Amino acid sequence: MAQTAAPPARERDERLVQIGVLKRMLTRPDIGAFLGAVGVFLAFGYFARGVNWLGDPAIAAGWTDQAAQYGIVAVPVALLMIGGEFDLSAGVMIGSSGLLLGYLATHAHMNIWPAIALVLLFGLLVGLLNGYTVVRTRLPSFIVTLATFFVLQGVNAAGTLKLTGTTAIQDIDSADGFASARHLFATDLTQYAFKVKVLWWIGLTLVGAWILAKTRFGNWIYSAGGDPNAARNVGVPVARTKILLFMMTSGTAALMGVIEALELRSMQAKEGIGLEFIFIICAVVGGCLLTGGFGSVIGAFFGAAMLGMVQLGIVDAQWDSNWTYTFQGAILFAAVLLNLFVRNRAQKTR
Amino acid sequence: MNTPPHLLEVESISKRYGNIIALNDVSTHVDAGEVTCILGDNGAGKSTLIKILSGVHQHDDGRLLVDGEDVRFSSPRDARAKGIATVYQDLAMVPLLSIWRNFFLGAEPRKRIGPLEWLDSAQAKQIVRRELSEMGIAIRDPDQPVGTLSGGERQSVAIARAVYFGARVLILDEPTSALGVKQAGVVLRYVLQARDRGVAVIFITHNPHHAFPVGDRFVLLNRGQSLGSYAKGEIDQQELTRLMAGGRELAELEHELAQIQR
Repeated sequence: MAQTAAPPARERDERLVQIGVLKRMLTRPDIGAFLGAVGVFLAFGYFARGVNWLGDPAIAAGWTDQAAQYGIVAVPVALLMIGGEFDLSAGVMIGSSGLLLGYLATHAHMNIWPAIALVLLFGLLVGLLNGYTVVRTRLPSFIVTLATFFVLQGVNAAGTLKLTGTTAIQDIDSADGFASARHLFATDLTQYAFKVKVLWWIGLTLVGAWILAKTRFGNWIYSAGGDPNAARNVGVPVARTKILLFMMTSGTAALMGVIEALELRSMQAKEGIGLEFIFIICAVVGGCLLTGGFGSVIGAFFGAAMLGMVQLGIVDAQWDSNWTYTFQGAILFAAVLLNLFVRNRAQKTR
Repeated sequence: MNTPPHLLEVESISKRYGNIIALNDVSTHVDAGEVTCILGDNGAGKSTLIKILSGVHQHDDGRLLVDGEDVRFSSPRDARAKGIATVYQDLAMVPLLSIWRNFFLGAEPRKRIGPLEWLDSAQAKQIVRRELSEMGIAIRDPDQPVGTLSGGERQSVAIARAVYFGARVLILDEPTSALGVKQAGVVLRYVLQARDRGVAVIFITHNPHHAFPVGDRFVLLNRGQSLGSYAKGEIDQQELTRLMAGGRELAELEHELAQIQR
């Protein structure tokens, strides 16, 4: 856009101290996650040097696969947290959606494409239910979505058992159109088996970051989490914003369920359970405050990358994989401390 | 004789909450380029009055007139549509959000190509800088979080925002009460700036020292009743202070204190 009028010459304010690039960077919510991811990458470069961690594309294909599994849903989870809410049902929704897809494909004998559409619709519906309940009852979303989590967990287990007599739905690839759907959602990209879902992960991150920084809805997300009363007073539809965020979260979890079902060709009843906390860790590592109003989607991207690297790196370094949880916990704790520091700086910078 | 109607006028307005009479038979008005101060102690009915004016609550008796037209607001949005903007003491801004995002919150300028629509942040920042400097507010960086501003600066940005978005009547709810002397002075200056730009200001305060220098009209409330409405010149600061403190009660208190000391 061409500047029409000459911008008013800004007199230099004597109070405007030149802030160094480094200091300015330190007020960004996502810088910690970026540095952390680089640090973890280099650390495993040393500890897992036996398998050529730094140089082998097949290794990178492995951890990006894992990271994408975390990062795709971490995008809306981060937006939701910035909007001041949690969704503990985001993990189990992956299982529910994958199982629903499996049911539609193998028992209802649907073509895979309309089945996928139905599953995504189901995801949006669960999100609508979560969001509407939270907004109407004003109960903490922690409790509301915990209830959703347990309800769905039971449905997943009991439904799968009743349907198949086992704990999984198999043979999803028997559905019509499976090959074309798998091509879009779950194919390998290169000879090193980079997964196409890595592209989904990157794409959704860019879309999420764009929404947050550049759109009116992004502004509403910040304000809904930062100070819902102030937002309401100036006419921001806070309730609608939150409900939409819940729908985005459940909808994206459903997308993840579709991706997994197509990739694995089968779906376990227990799939996705436990991931809800991983998503929250990604968001927190990415700079999202538990109290809302602050955070970054790009940060959640690096958070997911970090957790993906830890998951695979521990195996590649030939450590006991039980340590994974300890690492995840330590990363979370370090991230929270760093966030505290960064937020205090953001509040005080001049 | 036909005088033009006042921009905003309340006529014998009353409000009850259950069996509590929060406001009883209060009348006043404000015109463009004027400041009407509503003074009163805690529980005097100031908040009830502004809630009626800003559309949060509805009055039970009396009339509310905008441009001489009898109105009844069903929501704050309704009041805003008539050009009545309210700046609340502490509910005006989202602290973690930057100045420009706060300024345009709920009314963001956008650009669009086809179905894609996004914030025109360059224009927004330019407008913020211009508007604030026109109000005489020196702003350092529109990207700065509002939480880093002082209380007075925050109020000032909120006032500038209301003026920019075409407020004809600006209701300020205790804008100075939480501020230090110097900060309060800063806010009072912006009240006058807004007045000079032709805005009708309703300034709620319990501090006669803040009200007297800027007010054109003073309405005193006590326990939901009007103690009187005075134009500037009809009353001096001392008398205002005395009335505010509840004259007789203060004299009694002095007497009591004297007794204790003896």
